[in-house]
Amino acid sequence: MRFSVQVEVRHKPGVADPQGATIERALPSLGFDGIQGVTVGKSIRFTIDSASEAAARAEVADVVARFLTNPVIEDSDVHMEELVSP
Amino acid sequence: MSARVGVVVFPGSNCELDAAEAVRDLGGDADLLWHGDRELAGVDAVILPGGFAHGDYLRCGAIARFSPVMDAVREFAAAGGPVLGICNGFQVLTEAGLLPGALQKNRGLKFLCTTVEVRVDSTDSVLTGAAEAGARLRIPINHFEGNYTVDADTLARLRDDDRIVLRYVENPNGSVDDIAGVCSEDRNVVGLMPHPERAAHELLGSTDGVPLLRSLLAAAERAAASAA
Repeated sequence: MRFSVQVEVRHKPGVADPQGATIERALPSLGFDGIQGVTVGKSIRFTIDSASEAAARAEVADVVARFLTNPVIEDSDVHMEELVSP
Repeated sequence: MSARVGVVVFPGSNCELDAAEAVRDLGGDADLLWHGDRELAGVDAVILPGGFAHGDYLRCGAIARFSPVMDAVREFAAAGGPVLGICNGFQVLTEAGLLPGALQKNRGLKFLCTTVEVRVDSTDSVLTGAAEAGARLRIPINHFEGNYTVDADTLARLRDDDRIVLRYVENPNGSVDDIAGVCSEDRNVVGLMPHPERAAHELLGSTDGVPLLRSLLAAAERAAASAA
């Protein structure tokens, strides 16, 4: 089975996000007055071949914890869906 | 016998020659070690130098942490060997879990290239053993991701165990508790953002990095003597 995976990486609450803060500060000068809570993260996409959905999820969780995120400063969400060949 | 210091070269390191030269200038031997090596060639201390290892892709130090040489560095550190991470090397050590915390982008979003004052807050580490407690050292910094952060419990432990070895006199980057350098529980692994190798000769404008590098060399000599 092949799955399409998207890992969304965010700063943990309380971790400084200078990019988000800078974007938010720039918004009023462009006329956007109502936008708040800007944060900047990362999106990492890949495909994975695995025997089952459970096995794929376990492997993705492992690579996210050990490599794709730094748990000291980052949280993540994983979105996964099976790719069905036409 | 002079101590042999191994300076690890990752693809994208750019301070390895400065570090090696500073070590030699102080009477030590310096060997460059390639990141793909699985062994440390019998050196008495290891320096992970500054730069942009593996392009700093994903996160600073995140890919370097998986370089083959890092298993050997981990074993060397576990056996009590002196390990120093300077700037990008500090980032690699935190990613590798050899030091706690992480380095995030500087408060203010600016790359900082300037000389700062740091205070020696603990002389109980391989980097500060020969320095004077409370001494203020003028040492260059050169980083974008130098804003040290760590969870509150670990910070409390670092303070209680006197593991914050260097603090900025005026915090340039937003680091929690003004932290410029920390050491491991066994005090033989140290990471710092400032570059002592760039303050190791009068021609460089400051010799304040010398007591730090001398401390490392002394630790390396002790390691060599105990291994002999």
